[in-house]
Amino acid sequence: MSQRQVLQVFEQYQKARTQFVQMVAELATRPQNIETLQNAGVMSLLRPLLLDVVPTIQQTAALALGRLANYNDDLAEAVVKGDILPQLVYSLAEQNRFYKKAAAFVLRAVGKHSPQLAQAIVDCGALDTLVICLEDFDPGVKEAAAWALGYIARHNAELSQAVVDAGAVPLLVLCIQEPEIALKRIAASALSDIAKHSPELAQTVVDAGAVAHLAQMILNPDAKLKHQVLSALSQVAKHSVDLAEMVVEAEIFPVVLTCLKDKDEYVKKNACTLIREIAKHTPELSQLVVNAGGAAAVIDCIGSCKGNTRLPGIMMLGYVAAHSENLAMAVIISKGVPQLSVCLSEEPEDHIKAAAAWALGQIGRHTPEHARAVAVTNTLPVLLSLYMSTESSEDLQVKSKKAIKNILQKCTYLPALEPFLYDAPPNILKHVVGQFSKVLPHDSKARRLFVTSGGLKKVQEIKAEPGSLLQDYINSINNCYPEEIVRYYSPGYSDTLLQRVDSYQPLIN
Amino acid sequence: MATLARLQARSLTVGNEYYFRNSVVDPFRNKENDAAVKIQSWFRGCQVRAYIRHLHRIVTIIQKWWRGFLGRKQYQLTVQVAYYTMMMNLYNAMAVRIQRRWRGYRVRKYLFNYYYLKEYLRVVSETNDAIRKALEEFAEMKEREEKKANLEREEKKRDYQARKMHYLLSTKQIPGIYNSPFRKEPDPWELQLQKAKPLTHQRPKVKQKYSTSLTDWLACTSARSFPRSEILPPINRKKCQGPFRDITEVLEQRYKPLEPTLRVAEPIDELKLAREDLRRKEWLRNVNDNMFLPFSSYHKNEKYIPSMHLSSKYSPISHKEQFRSEDPKKWICDKDFQTVLPSFELFSKYGKLYSKAGQIV
Repeated sequence: MSQRQVLQVFEQYQKARTQFVQMVAELATRPQNIETLQNAGVMSLLRPLLLDVVPTIQQTAALALGRLANYNDDLAEAVVKGDILPQLVYSLAEQNRFYKKAAAFVLRAVGKHSPQLAQAIVDCGALDTLVICLEDFDPGVKEAAAWALGYIARHNAELSQAVVDAGAVPLLVLCIQEPEIALKRIAASALSDIAKHSPELAQTVVDAGAVAHLAQMILNPDAKLKHQVLSALSQVAKHSVDLAEMVVEAEIFPVVLTCLKDKDEYVKKNACTLIREIAKHTPELSQLVVNAGGAAAVIDCIGSCKGNTRLPGIMMLGYVAAHSENLAMAVIISKGVPQLSVCLSEEPEDHIKAAAAWALGQIGRHTPEHARAVAVTNTLPVLLSLYMSTESSEDLQVKSKKAIKNILQKCTYLPALEPFLYDAPPNILKHVVGQFSKVLPHDSKARRLFVTSGGLKKVQEIKAEPGSLLQDYINSINNCYPEEIVRYYSPGYSDTLLQRVDSYQPLIN
Repeated sequence: MATLARLQARSLTVGNEYYFRNSVVDPFRNKENDAAVKIQSWFRGCQVRAYIRHLHRIVTIIQKWWRGFLGRKQYQLTVQVAYYTMMMNLYNAMAVRIQRRWRGYRVRKYLFNYYYLKEYLRVVSETNDAIRKALEEFAEMKEREEKKANLEREEKKRDYQARKMHYLLSTKQIPGIYNSPFRKEPDPWELQLQKAKPLTHQRPKVKQKYSTSLTDWLACTSARSFPRSEILPPINRKKCQGPFRDITEVLEQRYKPLEPTLRVAEPIDELKLAREDLRRKEWLRNVNDNMFLPFSSYHKNEKYIPSMHLSSKYSPISHKEQFRSEDPKKWICDKDFQTVLPSFELFSKYGKLYSKAGQIV
């Protein structure tokens, strides 16, 4: 009799504990409850439950802790300060897969907030156990462990190095080959976070043979997976020429171009980023991209996107055009310039406009042919207005000024230069007048056009200090025309004529 | 004495006469003097003029000769200068011709092949068009697939609905709601209901978060010594009758872990899976999927199709700048040319392609 009563007490207590921990876990899913839970001191209550005899209670307590730590970094810090981590790490090695998943969730939730918390996780030796979890049979455990490692490695290079030193990279590469899509996604994201910090880390990822597998997964129809895979490849390729070459050798072209037509915005953005990181290193790589038809695909992609997704594509065109004039000509014949000028005028954000202005400057700066191709699309007035407007940011002003200067120094297409005579500031006016002074002496039709369109009149009205470069240019322009015409158009000519009328003595016969 | 008297008598008049003669003759004398002076001066003037004229003529001749001499000297110099200028102009013009030809040749041969560039740009634009078309087709295909998937999903939903509403079908006695007698023909739902198979009772779905395969069950039974119900069964149940076995023995027997035979422990198609696995590994590892075949017979049928860039008749610049012929017997002197000009940057890239795979010495 008494034995049963004694047992009943224990069973009631177990029932109470189970109920408590399940309710807390459920309440922790809603953000509005978490404040109240925190004030009620839930951390100190959950901590002993982690050591409970019943496995279900342990798992649910770990789950509740993870959800709480996920919410904000104060709670995560409380988890760290409460010395819960060593216990978690210890039982991570021993318990069953549900507990492992829950514990890995807690580690991930703590590690994602800041580098200090992630460092705390590393300091209590969690990395080795997480790496052991990566070898587990259950894909859910692997996913949770890979996610935790990814979040830790995300913050800075030292943490990434710690993750790599724990031997995570080969196991992550194995995870990528697993059939479960969620696991592939997380593993690709973890590799991307590891590789992004420095060339050595990227080299480690490449040495583990990740690039070939990542390149195959580009063909996978799942959009989120493609997004992570492309991000991983671009983080690898961005550091150096050798790494970019290795990515290219995995035969991503022309498959990557199909990703540019995907419905998902992030896939398009990451594909453009990858192509940009490859094309920016050397002219040979840019030429490879252009030969594979990458320029046309990126230009179409820019046309179909809006906002920040366009930015990597615009920068890619700028990098390609910057390398050599042949590549810039290739960008021009792929109909890049109209698209870029549309971006320049349409986009509301300053940094995208700045990128478009820079790209146009790179295209137009090589030879008069290139400058003509840019000037014909009427982008120069837009660039000028961006430079002059007070609302543009510093960066935008500087970039549009450089672009205008670069293009003007090679531009011989006079109809595009004429509007500049009217509303350009003095430092740009100098270049414009200089260009006129170079072209007019040799072209009679241009001279005629210059006079009839009122350009000569405007040039006479420009005030310049004698001896300055501007005055030299104005003189050389004036020398192209006969004396009378120059005098006719000089300001105040009507006044001088009237003065002559006043002072004239009529001949009296 | 007579003369003296005569003279004395005359002396009175002599004075007068003398005065008279002098004064009367004075103007004549002046006149005659003037006339004589005039004549003399005129004559002297003529003399002098003749002399001066003579001198002028002589001087003119001297000056003429002297100026001729100077002029001829000057002319020599002018002619020399003009000749020199003309020859220099000629040399300049010829040098310009040579330089023009040479520069054109050099640029066309070594620096910039205009036709190759044109060809290259044409090929690039063609590739672009092809890629654009291919991508359009790809996008269209994706759209079609998505539409098809949507349609199928719709179909399935409607089918499921029909199966759920199967009881609304019309019977012989009672027309169903979709088969009203006042309609000309039954509603399409009626036909759908006729086609649908009725749903069976829903089996209570065990909510499993994780896939249950044999291995999982094995792995987790060790931890599940207790049943997974949230609430323990109530203790105050009606006492069952009879002698009972020990509760621990009973539980042990009830929750004994599965000890499968060897045949059951492994999945049936394990061999096939293992083969698939091996094939997959091989596919991942191998660079080229084709089997290695003996060289002699296999590649005879394959025609090499050069890429668009190589099949144009304009080639990129060959990177060997040869100003000299290769046959040493044709060289005029034995020494090699001095490099006065800096070498072209293009040639430092010779042999270094973008990839390290092709190391050409």
